[in-house]
Amino acid sequence: MPDLIEKTADVPAQGATEPKPEKPRSLGSDAWHDLRRRPIFVISALLILLLIVIAVAPSLFTSVDPRAGDLRNHFLTKPNYGHFFQPDWFGYDGQGRSIYARVLYGARASVVVGICVTLGTTILGGIIGMFAGYFGGWADAVLSRITDVFFGIPLLLGALVILNAFSTRTVWSVVFAMTALGWTQMARVMRGAVITVKQQDYVTAAKALGAGTGRIMLKHILPNALAPVIVVATIALGGYIALEATLSFLGIGLQDPTISWGIDINSAQKVIREAPFALFFPAGMLSITVLAFIMLGDAVRDALDPKLR
Amino acid sequence: MGRYVIRRLLQMIPVFIGTTFLIFVMVHALGDPVNALFGDRAPDPAVAEKIREQYNLNDPLWLQYLKYMGKLFRWDFGTTFSGQSVTSLLATAFPTTLKLTAVAFTIEVIFGIGLGLLSGLRRGRVADNSVLILTLVVISIPTFVTGYVLQYLVGVKWGAAPATVGDQVTLDRLILPGVVLASVSLAYVARLTRTTVVENVRADYVRTAVAKGLPRRRVVVNHLLRNSLIPVVTFLGTDLGALMGGALVTERIFNIHGVGYYLYQGIVRQNSNTVVGFVTILVIIYLAANLLVDLLYAVLDPRIRYA
Repeated sequence: MPDLIEKTADVPAQGATEPKPEKPRSLGSDAWHDLRRRPIFVISALLILLLIVIAVAPSLFTSVDPRAGDLRNHFLTKPNYGHFFQPDWFGYDGQGRSIYARVLYGARASVVVGICVTLGTTILGGIIGMFAGYFGGWADAVLSRITDVFFGIPLLLGALVILNAFSTRTVWSVVFAMTALGWTQMARVMRGAVITVKQQDYVTAAKALGAGTGRIMLKHILPNALAPVIVVATIALGGYIALEATLSFLGIGLQDPTISWGIDINSAQKVIREAPFALFFPAGMLSITVLAFIMLGDAVRDALDPKLR
Repeated sequence: MGRYVIRRLLQMIPVFIGTTFLIFVMVHALGDPVNALFGDRAPDPAVAEKIREQYNLNDPLWLQYLKYMGKLFRWDFGTTFSGQSVTSLLATAFPTTLKLTAVAFTIEVIFGIGLGLLSGLRRGRVADNSVLILTLVVISIPTFVTGYVLQYLVGVKWGAAPATVGDQVTLDRLILPGVVLASVSLAYVARLTRTTVVENVRADYVRTAVAKGLPRRRVVVNHLLRNSLIPVVTFLGTDLGALMGGALVTERIFNIHGVGYYLYQGIVRQNSNTVVGFVTILVIIYLAANLLVDLLYAVLDPRIRYA
């Protein structure tokens, strides 16, 4: 087979009109090729890119301190929306702080929690699922029951219980609580994928050639079992961002020096009649963020799963 | 069938023990409930010791768990630190949440499957695309945002429905919270139904049914829908438990004194008996719903038999 490909490549092109023979593509590059043509993917990727830029350097977009409150700017005295990209664009909250600045600075906590929890659950769940799926038998039985046990506790409730134990909660305690309970879904997906992959001929061939367990797992099974995990992880990322906001909204997530959309929504709901925009803007930003990640996940799934095409 | 059920029930025991133990450890190991009881002040050592004695807090954790479980089998969930029996809390909270969940679940099933079927049968048309976009938007907006926006618009601004529920848990008051609680799951159900309907509509048995001259309604309901429902039923089963746990946010917004309300109070005040008691019941419901789903498979697909 490699010979054949080289020969076609060696054949001199007969005239410029002849189309170049297409190089065989791997699943990854095939998916990438497919993704670039999807408007949904392009839109969501651009949104996420913008969001990451905001999260890394919010001061690029506003010069105001999001924590600086000036009661002369209280929403009862200045209830109107202001000028584009100015501090008063989205109005002011009950402490006279610029909602526009707070919405921008709030992106960091959400993005950091979303990405870290996704990485954490993917690694932890991936390892557990890999061992359960590859070794089978007793290891599988024990690991799967442990997964069932953690799966039985609703994520929101468990995270509340863990976080309530922290007297000061930072982004990292939220990441810890959500990772400690959120890995089960990844473990199940990984286990299923590994069980399918390990029955393939190339795994048997690798074994016959004398490859060790570690080598088979990392070089042969992992790359081929990764597609469903990536899909679930991308979609889950949006969900984790929503969960962080929910926890902060309930008052057991992030705490005040940290700026979070959830906290702002919680304080805005008390004054929803007087200042609905104070709730609307952080809520809208949160929803757009979650939407972008879910759309990205949808597009990646369509590209990685050839069955659906 | 009977043997299958017994085997499944036996398999549930380790999961039940594991989950309750895990939540027990989480509540007890993380933070001292007696200190939490006294807030910012340091507790009087003698009083603290008495409370510890009364609630078995001096025993090692596994012994506390065994004592707790022993009482649980006599339907005694212990008392909260304020002396209320958890059983009475359960008795007031669960009927309320069950009503709310029932309303939400009905909305979810009817509209979720209905929209999914509609969109799957009209694949690529306007109806399909609007359902897809609408569900994507609903999934992306967190429940607490939907809750406040609907409460503000429907309850406060237009006055079309009561904005809060309070103690009068009547059906008309529960419709708005039910819609909010159901919204995200509804969107998932619609998308899932659409996917399976699209897959099955091209299946041979559907073509055969049409060729036999069956009326369209019969083809759709008896042949297409019945075969498409299996993954949807799986989702609905696991979602039932999630709805009851997720009612926490909805109940807070609409001031409903159900499971979520008491659980939240229990967690914040580190009332270990309340938290463990409520979560235990939630876990039992979750396990039972999963078993029910597996049994429903056999009803939907006669090829699946449980020996």
